[in-house]
Amino acid sequence: MTDFARRHPYWAAIIAVLAAVLLWMIFALWPAWLVDLIGRKKIFLNALFNGITLGGLYFLVASGFTLIFGLMRNVNLAHGSLYLLGGYIGYGVAEATGYWLLAFPAAFIVVGAAGVALQLVVFRRMEGQDLRQTLVTIGISIVAADLMLWGWGGDFYNISAPSWLSGPMETILVTTQKRSGDLVYLKYPLVRVVIFLAAVAIGIGMWLLLNRTKIGMLIRAGVDDRDMLSASGARIQLVFLGVFAFGAGLAGVAGVVGGTFQSIAPGEDIRFLLASLVVVIVGGMGSIPGAALGALLIGLAEQFGSVYMPTYAVVLTFLIMVGVLAFRPQGLMGRA
Amino acid sequence: MKKLMVTTALGAALISAQGASAETLKIGVMATLEGTYTVLGEDGVRGIKTALAAFGGKAGGKDIELVIQSTDASPDSAVRAARKLVEQDGLDVIIGPLSGSEGIAIRDYSKTQPGTTFINGSSGAMETTYVDPSDNFFRYNTDGAQWSVGLGKYVFEEKGYETVATIGEDYSFIYTQVFGFALDYCQAGGEITDRFWVPLGTKDFASIIAALPDDVDAIYLGLGGGDAVNFLNQYQQAGGDANLIGGTIMVDGTVLNSKGDAKNALIGTPSSGPQADTWDDPTWKEYVKLYQDTFPPEERFPQPSLLSTLYYNATAATLTCLNEVNGDLSDDHAAFRSCLANIEMDSPVGKVTLDGNRQAIGTTFISEVIEDENGNLVNQFISLQEGINQTLGMDAAKFASLGLPSRENPACQSSY
Repeated sequence: MTDFARRHPYWAAIIAVLAAVLLWMIFALWPAWLVDLIGRKKIFLNALFNGITLGGLYFLVASGFTLIFGLMRNVNLAHGSLYLLGGYIGYGVAEATGYWLLAFPAAFIVVGAAGVALQLVVFRRMEGQDLRQTLVTIGISIVAADLMLWGWGGDFYNISAPSWLSGPMETILVTTQKRSGDLVYLKYPLVRVVIFLAAVAIGIGMWLLLNRTKIGMLIRAGVDDRDMLSASGARIQLVFLGVFAFGAGLAGVAGVVGGTFQSIAPGEDIRFLLASLVVVIVGGMGSIPGAALGALLIGLAEQFGSVYMPTYAVVLTFLIMVGVLAFRPQGLMGRA
Repeated sequence: MKKLMVTTALGAALISAQGASAETLKIGVMATLEGTYTVLGEDGVRGIKTALAAFGGKAGGKDIELVIQSTDASPDSAVRAARKLVEQDGLDVIIGPLSGSEGIAIRDYSKTQPGTTFINGSSGAMETTYVDPSDNFFRYNTDGAQWSVGLGKYVFEEKGYETVATIGEDYSFIYTQVFGFALDYCQAGGEITDRFWVPLGTKDFASIIAALPDDVDAIYLGLGGGDAVNFLNQYQQAGGDANLIGGTIMVDGTVLNSKGDAKNALIGTPSSGPQADTWDDPTWKEYVKLYQDTFPPEERFPQPSLLSTLYYNATAATLTCLNEVNGDLSDDHAAFRSCLANIEMDSPVGKVTLDGNRQAIGTTFISEVIEDENGNLVNQFISLQEGINQTLGMDAAKFASLGLPSRENPACQSSY
């Protein structure tokens, strides 16, 4: 941090000022001119928090994608199908058992197993052949989409959050002051907060795993130089299998999350594949912190866009991608 | 020798296949089987199959075979599907499309294919038949504005909602719906304070929900399919408790039968459209029974949705006229089209006739969402109004002076 400030004093100052403005906008009571300018504070705060929580969901999907890419150079375009499968499995389990929490391990295990099958049957047979892998996984995603349409139909599945998680929670943030002088506090959907915290926990867990454990060391070594690692006697295929299972499992868990605060239906697979691609391109291929940053940016862009410039909301995401590709093609956190 | 035999057998097979095709008439179908309106498209196809079952799978002395092409509610996907059906498969009759802006695109495409007859599936944008109508495009469903007739007055007078904000998907059909609602509601004395538009296929409505004003009596929801389910889900999570008014596809069977409990927020929501699930009419009940008998319970909704009904009507008109002309499609379908233009249908949802633009004149129902005795959500019949034409009963010149539906048009006035 201090290193960054020393090397880029101007940038550091700008970032500090922006952060201060943001904090002020979050905590202060808004004066009338600001409300006139950009609307009520409630709208701004909601867009901010929704962007962050949506970013949490995107992170869950994209982190598995980026991990798999970083280690194996596999562009797995069937990643969206894994997300959708996770959602359907989660719905089935939550509905059958009545326990929402059970949906997560179930989706993780089943979709992780599907990932193992993908790695064993498909990727191992065409190691290092990017184009073939890409085409084959596109094919798999189309077949999987049709199979799931066959199995679950075209209906919209909405996984119900348990009653202790439904509805809004009171926060300590003031949105406005009534004429009587009473302060109005922001209400925010509890389930989104919980899901965001879970995404953060998973992110930190992954970072610790990668940076503080022996397995993480193997994976990082594999990302840097796969051939050297296997020459040194590490069982690289096993590491690959594990990473693939974990990345796929995360996509499955994300499916349950997505089914809880959005819905699961045919077409979601493509949407989340596209979202993960954008996130990973913005954040930098193969980087977990990059995926977190990219997911946050895309989530915020979508939500602020939908409120403040609804007509162009869709374009905003891609503008960010174009900007990153133009000025930093390796991604914000990517290594050249 | 063996090779020769195989060739001969193949030739025989080809000849017999050709023989069969002389007895078969292929009808092209466009429906949204992808994207946010998937469920709607699926039930539309069920409607067609229900009509085929009613006609015994035959019309004009030929077996009817369907060639189904999927679209995703975008105009270009509809044109792609139509080109495949017309230019590649060479089909004479096309039923579809489903969604508003698709309909406008297909109207334009139909002008380039005068040898093909297009029967609209369920698309309901006003422009499709109101602006530059196409001679070979027939629409047996009323449009989104016609579907809204009576709703504004009902919610103002019966429900006492004096101010309303609207939220809708940003495309032609919802513009048309809000157009019809605004005319009715503002003339009754109500005020529309805000109109929010979101892109079709929006998944995360949380920020829009926060932006909805708190100080209005009700919120009009012009959403459909997956967007509607997502909105309701997030609306519940945000603790929303405003009164709701439903656009036609917001409270349709496709949303009311979605999995999960988000849809329960709709109970008690007033709405309007070309059908009411609990209508006590023998033709309607017969149709519902036919739909239920045609498909096993797990492959259909408990009751046909709006899309099924509209596709059913389109198909029934097509098959009736094919029977009338005995399958004769010569002379650029002249006899067939004349029959289509002049048909008077006793449809399951009331009498349907076409005007000079080949646009339906029909019935609009006011309904309210209730939970029926089986625990399903259905639209309860409240009232109906027959013979609603595209100018909503207004003088044609006066109606034209209102302009076309758009994000802001018409302005909310007490008289027009």
